[in-house]
Amino acid sequence: MIQVENLHKKFGKNPVLTGLDLNIHAGSIFAVLGPNGSGKTTLIKTVLGMVIPDKGIISVMDSPVKNQWKYRQQINYLPQIANFPGNLKVLELIEMIKDIRQMPSDEAQLIARFGLEPFLDKKLSNLSGGTKQKVNIVLAFMFNCPLIILDEPTNGLDPLALIRLKELIFEEKAKGKTFLITSHIMQFVEEVSDEVVYLLEGKIYFKGSINDLKVKTKQTNFEHAIAAISTY
Amino acid sequence: MIKILKYSFYDLMRSRWSYVYFLFYLLLGFVLLFLNNELSKAVITLMNVIIVLVPLIGTIFGVMYFYNSKEFTELLLAQPIKRSSIFFGQYLGVAGSLTMSLVLGLGIPFALYGLFESNAIWDFSLLLITGAFLTMIFSGLAFNIALSNENKIKGFGYAVLSWLFLAVIYDGLFLMSLIVFEQYPLDNFSLMATMFNPIDLSRTLILLKLDISALLGYTGAIFKQFFGTNLGVVISLIMLSLWTLIPVWRLGYKSKRKDF
Amino acid sequence: MGKKQLFFVIIMLLIGVKTWASTITVCKTCPIKTIQEGISQASDFDTVLVKNGTYNEFNLKINKPLTLMGEGNPIIDGGEQGEIIQIMANNVTIDGFVIKNVGTSYTSDYAAIRVIGSEDFLIQNVKLEKLFFGIYLEKSKNGMVLNNTIQGDAKDEYNSGNGIQLWYSQNIVVANNSIQNVRDGIYLEFSDFITIEHNYSGNNLRYGLHFMFSNDDVYKGNTFENNGAGVAVMFSKRIDMHGNTFKKNWGTASFGLLLKEINDAEISGNTFEENTVGISIEGSNRIVYRNNDFISNGWAIKVRGACYANTITNNNFLYNSFDLAYNGNLHDNVFEKNYWSDYTGYDLDRDGFGDVPYRPVKLFSYIVNRTPETIILLRSLFMDIIDFSEKVSPVFTPDNLVDAKPLMKRNK
Repeated sequence: MIQVENLHKKFGKNPVLTGLDLNIHAGSIFAVLGPNGSGKTTLIKTVLGMVIPDKGIISVMDSPVKNQWKYRQQINYLPQIANFPGNLKVLELIEMIKDIRQMPSDEAQLIARFGLEPFLDKKLSNLSGGTKQKVNIVLAFMFNCPLIILDEPTNGLDPLALIRLKELIFEEKAKGKTFLITSHIMQFVEEVSDEVVYLLEGKIYFKGSINDLKVKTKQTNFEHAIAAISTY
Repeated sequence: MIKILKYSFYDLMRSRWSYVYFLFYLLLGFVLLFLNNELSKAVITLMNVIIVLVPLIGTIFGVMYFYNSKEFTELLLAQPIKRSSIFFGQYLGVAGSLTMSLVLGLGIPFALYGLFESNAIWDFSLLLITGAFLTMIFSGLAFNIALSNENKIKGFGYAVLSWLFLAVIYDGLFLMSLIVFEQYPLDNFSLMATMFNPIDLSRTLILLKLDISALLGYTGAIFKQFFGTNLGVVISLIMLSLWTLIPVWRLGYKSKRKDF
Repeated sequence: MGKKQLFFVIIMLLIGVKTWASTITVCKTCPIKTIQEGISQASDFDTVLVKNGTYNEFNLKINKPLTLMGEGNPIIDGGEQGEIIQIMANNVTIDGFVIKNVGTSYTSDYAAIRVIGSEDFLIQNVKLEKLFFGIYLEKSKNGMVLNNTIQGDAKDEYNSGNGIQLWYSQNIVVANNSIQNVRDGIYLEFSDFITIEHNYSGNNLRYGLHFMFSNDDVYKGNTFENNGAGVAVMFSKRIDMHGNTFKKNWGTASFGLLLKEINDAEISGNTFEENTVGISIEGSNRIVYRNNDFISNGWAIKVRGACYANTITNNNFLYNSFDLAYNGNLHDNVFEKNYWSDYTGYDLDRDGFGDVPYRPVKLFSYIVNRTPETIILLRSLFMDIIDFSEKVSPVFTPDNLVDAKPLMKRNK
């Protein structure tokens, strides 16, 4: 689904990704982990074409993404910080994205699932962080795309919404979709992901299933395994 | 791009600031015409407003909108849209809504005053065209500055500084160099110096209408050819278009290479 | 009235009665086919009636009192041979001709109609085309030049002549003429007691109207438009200038009105519109300027050197690029009770005059005077700031050059 070869990216003098290789197969849930500033978001953004790599090739569904934009038709993206144009109302935002994507969507079902009906006529600037994140989720899931990228999807969600999100991820996975997720909530990662990728100093430090990780670090607890990996 | 333009435009049209801008011009138009009751005087005052205030507002608005719509931009960047379309769309949204506020805000009082039956209509249309150009140029410059500066405060500072430079400091340096080198022929120099500042350029364009009698008092042959024929108007308009296109081109160029 | 004079008048009347009865007709099919022949056959006070047609004649000398009358605008074509009509007698009238193709010369000033040392002449309804000099009045008196149209095709000053020229002439009325595309529209030299009114003088190479060494003349209600320069009044005394319009006299050294070495005149009720300089004044004293409108000129008034005791009052200064350029000291010239469209003061005591004096000279006008190219910075914010600071605390402009009582409302 996604191939990354020898990816390099510097921000100013600060190298973030230094020769990263990654291959993500279709139909599974990938978690990208790593300490703060390890390049998780940068990796995601290079895949989306929001960050331009200094070097390296990225292919999504077997075609290189450099200077392309149409491949994003196949991607749903949930950005890390759910900030939207404050002037718009929730419904207008949804309509706008639909208008831009020009794809069939099933937002009604998602709105109901996250209980957003009372907020549809409110301006985005007046929503709480959690509600905004729910809108964010609706936007990320309303189109039927083979690749879904979630950057910190659990931010600000209440427990009920978190459960709904997990259900949603599993439902979509069942339809054969591929996920790329970053999160700091290890419990969430452990529950949903099939495979994890651990980034450190701009490279992949570990790639494999959670069990492999536990075995490798000789820890029984995932959270501890993660903590141990960088010293391993 | 049209869609982005549409959303940016709607977004701006609903923002308080567009109304403030629109109402300001509306009020200015009414005050100038109905308290003063003299079209010629109103046109002169308007000219001062247009060459000073329009660039300032274009600059501030452009920078503000760019930074404020960061989220919107990022939202769009993840969508299947060409990058340059996003920025051109936003730019045109800002420039378009500002121009509309200007043209309607000033146009309505002047139309009510009975402008269409007066000879001042050409002077007035020229003012509005220049105002539109300046709006586009300065919001374009502002977008460029904002695009190149992640730091809001810095970007804002640079934008205001560039306005200050073009609106005041440039002319100060210009004047000083004219006085220092007064023994030399300065025709070409002064015309060139005018071309390199869009505010001076617009001012010249308006001077050609308002102060042609004074301009023709100067002896230089090149001046005479420039001001005495349509050459001046044509060249000024071409230069203004270049001034509009170059920031827009750079916006497209830079935006393709920028990380978000 | 003495007996002798009464007798003389009766004789004159008798002669008059006799002459009016006699008319000589000239036409292509008549016994008399040329104007020359008509003139020579006419007796004193006869009328030579010239019918419609083209007459290729020049050097027509009129040396007796007679009326040369055109019917249906006959054309006299001089074929560029030289002068066309010369009047050398009193009481000559020329009426209703088209006269064209006057010869051009670098040695003599050929004219379409020349009046030499004559009195009581009348030249009217004549149309002049392709001329060198138009109507040339030389040492003549008590005549009238009315309703003529002079349409030249002058390109250069050195080989073109003036429309109407008066030289050593007195008591002449020049009215309702239209003069275009010649060197000077109307030129007066050593001519006194002349009245010039309701003429249009435009598109002329040099001046619309030009006075040299001429005194006690009046010009009023004329329009001077788009000439090299509007009106030049030089080395003359007691010229009355009233109700004229000077417009669009554009160019480097151009002006609506130039006063050079002029004393004791009144300039009132004129309109100066869109001239490079409205009035340019040099060495002129005791002149009253009142009730004039200065509209959209480059400079409304330019005062250069040695002007004393002039009064500028009750004028309207509207939207000029510069209201006043001033060299040197104030020299008891007075600016008072004018309306200045640039005035931004207030009138708290409601007496109709602004409470803050107006300073008509801007610093920028000094700068432009010194470095003319700086004109390109006109109306820039930087200049406005400099002018403002100069206004608040004058350093370069004369401190006392103010209108202490600027009008709040335009003077009607």
